Amino acid sequence: MDLRFSAEDEDFRARVRAWLPGALATLPPTPGVEDWPGRRSYDTQWQRTLFDAGFAGLDWPVDAGGQGASPTRHLIFLEEAERAGAPYVGTNFVGLLHAGPTIAAEGTPEQQQRYLPPILRGDEVWCQGFSEPGAGSDLASLQTRALRDGDHYVVSGQKIWTSHAQVADLCELLVRTDPDAPKHKGITWLIMPMDLPGIDVRPMRTIAGSSEFSEMFLDGVRIPAQNRIGEENDGWRIAMVTFSFERGTAFVGELLASMQLVGRLAERARKLGAWDDAGVRRDLGHLAADLDALWALTKRTVTQTEATSVPGPLGSVFKLHYSEVRHRLGDLAVKLLAPQGLTLDNEHARGWLHAMSISIAAGTSQIQRNILAERVLGLPK
Amino acid sequence: MNFDLGPDERALQDAIREMCARHFELDDLRARGMNAERWAALDEAGTFTLRVPEQHGGLGLGMTHTAIAFEQLGRSLVPGPVLETHLGRARGATESVIGVVERGASTIDHLEQLDVVVVIDADGLWRVAPADVRAEPIEPRFDPFTPQHQIRSMPQGEKIAGPPIAATSRLEGAVLTAAFLVGIAAETTDLAVAYAQQRQQFGRPIGAFQAVKHLCADMAVRGEVARAAVYAAACLLDEEAGTAARATAGAKLLANEAAVANAKAAIQVHGGMGYTWEMPLHLYLKRAAVLAARFGTTHEHEEAVAATL
Repeated sequence: MDLRFSAEDEDFRARVRAWLPGALATLPPTPGVEDWPGRRSYDTQWQRTLFDAGFAGLDWPVDAGGQGASPTRHLIFLEEAERAGAPYVGTNFVGLLHAGPTIAAEGTPEQQQRYLPPILRGDEVWCQGFSEPGAGSDLASLQTRALRDGDHYVVSGQKIWTSHAQVADLCELLVRTDPDAPKHKGITWLIMPMDLPGIDVRPMRTIAGSSEFSEMFLDGVRIPAQNRIGEENDGWRIAMVTFSFERGTAFVGELLASMQLVGRLAERARKLGAWDDAGVRRDLGHLAADLDALWALTKRTVTQTEATSVPGPLGSVFKLHYSEVRHRLGDLAVKLLAPQGLTLDNEHARGWLHAMSISIAAGTSQIQRNILAERVLGLPK
Repeated sequence: MNFDLGPDERALQDAIREMCARHFELDDLRARGMNAERWAALDEAGTFTLRVPEQHGGLGLGMTHTAIAFEQLGRSLVPGPVLETHLGRARGATESVIGVVERGASTIDHLEQLDVVVVIDADGLWRVAPADVRAEPIEPRFDPFTPQHQIRSMPQGEKIAGPPIAATSRLEGAVLTAAFLVGIAAETTDLAVAYAQQRQQFGRPIGAFQAVKHLCADMAVRGEVARAAVYAAACLLDEEAGTAARATAGAKLLANEAAVANAKAAIQVHGGMGYTWEMPLHLYLKRAAVLAARFGTTHEHEEAVAATL
């Protein structure tokens, strides 16, 4: 084992570190949290900047227009970007981490040519139409119907938790094409242009006051059949391919930001006099140790991904523990800060509320425990 | 960067695992106890000389390899002052059985087996003859494999190293104890999972129930998190020892937590049988508790990490 980076990787780090400040200086002021058109244009402008500098799609295969960089290089880039205060992937999340890699793996050459370059250049924003009111953890029970009508699918139903739907151009959509088949065998993966008639997007408000999620009502939306990725009724397998890209380095930025959050909470505790309380110091020390360990775990995942090219079982371990640590961090912050009065825009208060979404989104902690127990430990279903 | 076991690290892991399977089968260990033959097997496997330079007859390896070896020893609950002897040999001591204790500690382990005691304090390492330690045995033993004495007085001893080596030895002791604890955390996970697959209640394996699955999943999480922390601390001690203090403190506190919590969870999964003396699960729990107090308690390490914030 060796935690040191090779000379070539250190050169790459130096190049990224030298490039970032100038690139960040070209960005406009950060838009307001709820200014979605502003956030779209900010995020896509950053993506274009990455593209022009040859840093777009670092982890994408070269054939797909990406850089084909090793997971280690990707890790280095994310670490440097966080250190420099660069924007997160933001509204480009679904395109860069979900739809793009899925189309690169499963799409036809024509589909790859049509959809991948605009993602990398920041020209098109994607949203996700997977979950439904009746299909959360049990995603395969989704009921949004797609009926074949000549060269089109006619789609009706309801989606939920559609991130950034109000500013998206395209949607990765799971629909039921065969209601009589077993539930995993009747699903199809479609690309839905968001400007088609029959799509009604209604933003939802989260407990943190934010509106990144929407409900999406589909009423007779006519989607060209050529927008299908893979075979009809093979969408569940393709969705699993989509999810496989979600793990690995997806949390690097958040994790490093959490470490800084612990540092700032320690600073607040000192100002408030709470640092004299050994219990507070120990809790903060323990949280910092947990975050350090999660950083080490990320590096183990990167090494394993490099060796086997699929993220290993440590993904569920990471998500479970990271969720728990964020809950504990938020609990401590609120305990310390609530007597002074909390506001919804205080980073610690928001972080506390945000922790709830970490233990729910992308597989609840309970589902993650089932996955770990069944697929990794081999316990019976 | 390559943060997973390499071929030679796997080979060492296999060699220690095989040695443990041959000489430290737990039922036999409980029946016949620790003996000279077992100690010789540890010696022959290189346990004590892993980090002794090759020109002095050792293997010349670093903390990373050693941590991997101690994780395997932990899986088999190998008893005796193994870590202490390893630390002493790495610092040039040549005695067969070596004890290491912090100055001011109230207890010392395995006193009657020791050829020499090394005392660690802020000023350095000190050599003390075991016969000069005034101490009384603590009975009945908490961990059957760890005889302990209450220390009445500890002589100053003869100085054998200065403050920097004492500080490094303390970090090494913490990381290797943590590695042993990770072994306990991993082994108890495997025992719980195996039992949950086989034990039938309500007409199915208890591992099919989510309540039991989630206990086991949490065990795996604690074990993997602590393992990553321990490997990282060991790598840092090899690569840039000056920066390893925070990682070491974090590794030890997470390993303390993982080993104790997993040993308890393993007993819980085994139900009533887990609570019997006959089942070996309590041995993992008791050793975990003993080792959690060695080379820094959880509270001490939490304070150490907090001091870096």
